[in-house]
Amino acid sequence: MKARRAFDPVLLLAAPALAYMALVFALPVLILIIGSFKGPGGPTTAAYTAFLSDAFNWRVIGNTLRVAALTSLVCLVLGYPTAVALARSRGAVQAGLLIAIILPLSVGVIVKAFAWQIVLRRDGIVSAVLVATGVWDAPQLMLFTEPGLVIGAANVFLPFMILPIYSVLKLIDPNLQASAATLGAPPLYRFFKLALPMAMPGIISGAAIVFSLSAAMYVIPTLLIGDRFQTLATLTARAFLLMRNEQLGSTTATILLVLAVSIVMLSARLVRAAGDSR
Amino acid sequence: MTATERLANILVWLIAGATAIFLLTPLVVTVLVSFGSSAIFTLPPPSWSLRWYQRLLVIRDLLPALLTSVQIAAISTATSLTLGGLAAIALARTRFPGRDGVVAYLTSPLMLPGLVIGIALLQGFRAIGLKDVWGSLVLAHIVVTMPYAVRTLYSALGLFDFTLIDAARTLGCSPVTAILRVLLPNLAPAFITSAIFAFLASMDNYAVSIFFTNAWTKTLPIQMLNLAEEQPDPTIAAISTLLIALVLALLVFLERIIGLRRITEI
Repeated sequence: MKARRAFDPVLLLAAPALAYMALVFALPVLILIIGSFKGPGGPTTAAYTAFLSDAFNWRVIGNTLRVAALTSLVCLVLGYPTAVALARSRGAVQAGLLIAIILPLSVGVIVKAFAWQIVLRRDGIVSAVLVATGVWDAPQLMLFTEPGLVIGAANVFLPFMILPIYSVLKLIDPNLQASAATLGAPPLYRFFKLALPMAMPGIISGAAIVFSLSAAMYVIPTLLIGDRFQTLATLTARAFLLMRNEQLGSTTATILLVLAVSIVMLSARLVRAAGDSR
Repeated sequence: MTATERLANILVWLIAGATAIFLLTPLVVTVLVSFGSSAIFTLPPPSWSLRWYQRLLVIRDLLPALLTSVQIAAISTATSLTLGGLAAIALARTRFPGRDGVVAYLTSPLMLPGLVIGIALLQGFRAIGLKDVWGSLVLAHIVVTMPYAVRTLYSALGLFDFTLIDAARTLGCSPVTAILRVLLPNLAPAFITSAIFAFLASMDNYAVSIFFTNAWTKTLPIQMLNLAEEQPDPTIAAISTLLIALVLALLVFLERIIGLRRITEI
C-alpha cells in the first residue's frame, strides 16, 4: 500500500477544466458583479438605489417572481402525480411516459414557444377547448396574456419537476405504503406523514430548478407575451441589446444572479433539512 | 383498497395522462402545421403539402445558420467532454474536503441565468479584445456544455470500480491500454448520453449566443427567432419538425444501446 501523500497527482487531470472555467466563466461573472458597483468616484451602490427607487422596476421584479412562482406551482401540481405514475408503471406504459417527458426535453425551447403561439391564439386549440366545454362563451386570445405565458413556461419546464421527484420516488420501498396500511394508517395520513415527506427532497429540488429557470427565461416571454410585460431577464437583455445601457444591464443581471444563487442555496438547505427529519 | 385510495389512484393516472398529452402538444402542433398548406397555421390544415419544406431550401441564411450551429456544438461538445471527462476522473478518484464544492462549481453554469453568463462573457471578451464571432461562440458554448459533461461522467465514474484498472495492469496492460480497453468501454454509455445532451444544449442555446452573433454569423436558434418574429410562416415549423425527427432518432438510438430509464438520472 502506498504511503498517503498530501497531494494526489491524479488531481492534476482536473486542472485544465478548472482553469478554463475560472478564466472563461468565474472571472467574467465576478467582473460583471463588480462592474455594477462601479461609480465615477469609487465603489457605490447608486445603480441599485436608483433601480430600486423606480416603481416600474418593482413591477418588473414582481412580474418575475409571480410568473416563476405560478409556473413552479403548475409544474408541481402536474408533475408530482406524473412522477408517481412513472414510478408505479412498468413496461410499455413507462416507456411511453418517459418518451413524453424526454422527447420534449430535448426539443428546442424556440420550437416549443413557437408552437404555443399557435395553440394560444384566438382560434387556437386552448380557446376552442374552453369554448366547447362551456368555460368561455366566446373565443378569446390567450397569447400575450400572463396565463398564456405560465402555460407555455410550465410546458417547457415540467420535465425538470418530474425527473427529480421520480428519482427520489423510485428509491422508496413500495412495501412501506403497504406496511403503513397494514398497521392501520388511513390513506390521507399516509400521504401527508409518509409519501409526501419522503418525496420532499425531490419536490424541493424540482421546484428550485423550475423556479430559477422560469425566473431567468427569455425566449418564452419574448414569443408568448411581448414587450409590454417585462421581467428581470427580458429587461437585462433589452438594456444590453436595445437600450445600450450597460450599467442598468449589469445591475439587473446581478440581481438575477443573486436570486438564482439564493434559490439554489436555500433549496440545498431545505433538502438537507427534509432528509434529516425523515 | 379503500375508496379514497381508488380515487387517488384514478386521479394520479388522469393527471399523468393529461400531462403526457400537454407535454407532447407543442411537438404535435409543430409537425401538423409543417405539413399543412395554410400559411396562417390553421389547425387542422385545409390540405396537406410539402411547400414549407421546399421553402427551407430557398430561405437564405437558414442553412448557413444550421451549419454554424452544428459546427459550434460539435467543437464545444468535444472540448467540454475532454476537459470535463479528465476533471470527472480526477474528482471521482480522489477524496478531499470541498470536492462537492468543485463539482458544484463546474456544473454551476446550468443553474445560472444564461443571459447573465452571456453578458459577463461579452464584457470579458471585449476587455481582452476578442472580437471574432466564431471564437467567442466556441469559448462561450464550452462553458454552456461543460456542466452536462461533468455531471453525467462524474456520477458514472462514481459507480465505476477502479480496481478493474489495477486488475488489467496486473494482467499486463499498459496504463494507456488499461484506460482505453477497460475504462472507456465502461463509460461509453455515460459519454454518449452527456455528449447528446451537451450537443443539444449548444444547438438550442439562445441566451448566451445572442450577445456574440452579428448580421453575418448567426446560430440556428437566433435565425429561427428572427424568422418567428419577422415573417412567421410554417417554414419554422418545417425546420422544427426536422429537428424533432433528429432528436427522436437520437432517443431511439439511446434506448437501443443504453435504455431510456438511465437517461432520467441526468
